[in-house]
Amino acid sequence: MSALTVVAQAGGGFFRNRSGTPTCEERNGLCPAWIAHHLDRYASPFWQHLVLVLVSVGAGFSNNFTLALMAHRRRWLVGPFVQLTGILYTIPSLAAFFLLLPITGRGSLTAIIALTAYTLLILFRNVVDGLDGVPDEARDAGRGMGLTARQLLWRVELPLAVPAIMAGLRVATTTTVGLAALAFYAGAGGLGAPMEADKAFDSNIVVAGGLCVIMAVGLDAMLVFAERVAAPWARARAAP
Amino acid sequence: MGAGEGGPVILAVLGQLGDAVRFIFVQSEGPGGAQVGGHQLLPLLREHLLVTVVAVSVAAAIALPLGLWLGHTRRGSFLVVSITNAGRAVPSIGVVFLFFAFLGAGFRNITLALVLLAIPPILLNAYAGIRTVDAETVDAARGMGLTGLQVVRRVELPLALPLVFGGIKTATVNVIATATLGPEAGVVTLGDPIINPSSYGEAGRLGAAILVAALAIAAEVGLSAVQRRLEPKGLEFADVPGPRRRPAIIKRKVAPIP
Repeated sequence: MSALTVVAQAGGGFFRNRSGTPTCEERNGLCPAWIAHHLDRYASPFWQHLVLVLVSVGAGFSNNFTLALMAHRRRWLVGPFVQLTGILYTIPSLAAFFLLLPITGRGSLTAIIALTAYTLLILFRNVVDGLDGVPDEARDAGRGMGLTARQLLWRVELPLAVPAIMAGLRVATTTTVGLAALAFYAGAGGLGAPMEADKAFDSNIVVAGGLCVIMAVGLDAMLVFAERVAAPWARARAAP
Repeated sequence: MGAGEGGPVILAVLGQLGDAVRFIFVQSEGPGGAQVGGHQLLPLLREHLLVTVVAVSVAAAIALPLGLWLGHTRRGSFLVVSITNAGRAVPSIGVVFLFFAFLGAGFRNITLALVLLAIPPILLNAYAGIRTVDAETVDAARGMGLTGLQVVRRVELPLALPLVFGGIKTATVNVIATATLGPEAGVVTLGDPIINPSSYGEAGRLGAAILVAALAIAAEVGLSAVQRRLEPKGLEFADVPGPRRRPAIIKRKVAPIP
């Protein structure tokens, strides 16, 4: 891609001497016409990016859900787990990719492990906080109706915790879309790759960055919709 | 990497780790011919810290007063939530590259990009911290005749301090992480061996990754220690009553997610 640009600039330079006005691409400017013609070039990085995000958030969520349910029963697990994921969360993702490289090699696996680690803190805390936020009256009512501990969890506590869990899932997803833009350093592609390939070209950066934002907003909207389907009562109760 | 090759793989990993640690402490000749590692890393560390301190200070100077004021007047929740959500959706590398593409390379431009990334967490936490101060406490302070500014300084800010400081901490760790991308825009931070491995080699890359991770963790731990010293003593009692004690979670409270 950058080679093409160089050729285009060299050719353009020849004509520029005659006409006097360089074209938009030659100025590395923001060119709607160029964007419209080259949008398909971003399709494959876009899907790579999306897969990275979905796999990482999916893996993070399923791990966390189990861990949070365990911690809900055994309270002493909460402290160490929050501290451990807190440390993981502090390590910059770029550093994490290269710390993992000797063990897992270049590729999607490295990126997915690092991105999953970042979702852990957000998701775990939200599931535990959501379960803790269930009013004691609701628990008592459930017990009064003869529910066992397991039934209480699945029929009373988890449904009531849905808004908090979904809030965590939304933050984790949006954050992961942003972090996955760094995944190309680990050899996993994504929308960061076209950015790095021609980083002085305004149109290129705007399109690739814009697609990241569109993906984040789109996934967020889908999660909001999913929450309304999963917990229709929450909308009536918690007007923002 | 098959199951049977476990031993050699572990040895190889340890070997690379050893090379990386040697790169951190001992100067040597890199693949590009220049001297790298050891005390050659000090200018990189200095640049990394400088860009972080400047960016977080500028961001705090903008976002703290704004967040405190909006929280105190209980206005602008839409503005704060929008800025925070936008800040989360825009990838950090996108902001760095955008500033590079439009404004060019240089310390000032990357610092501006980092300021932009540091503002949302500081703003949200300052705002949320003040908003979550008990309204009755604020009323009591007003009843005692405190002026608006005195209420902020003597009542709201001390009570909101854990959250407000948490925002600065988050911003600092984020900026340290993103400053690693500095070499992409011509600012030679600790990210240089990561982004330009041709002149540092693989050991330099891993060594720099270890250094950046250590720097971020050190910032987190150091700022947490400062936060504990700043917190008013009375606040510790606030945790005691309540149905359940959750010390770890209460201590590390994040702003409510909008």
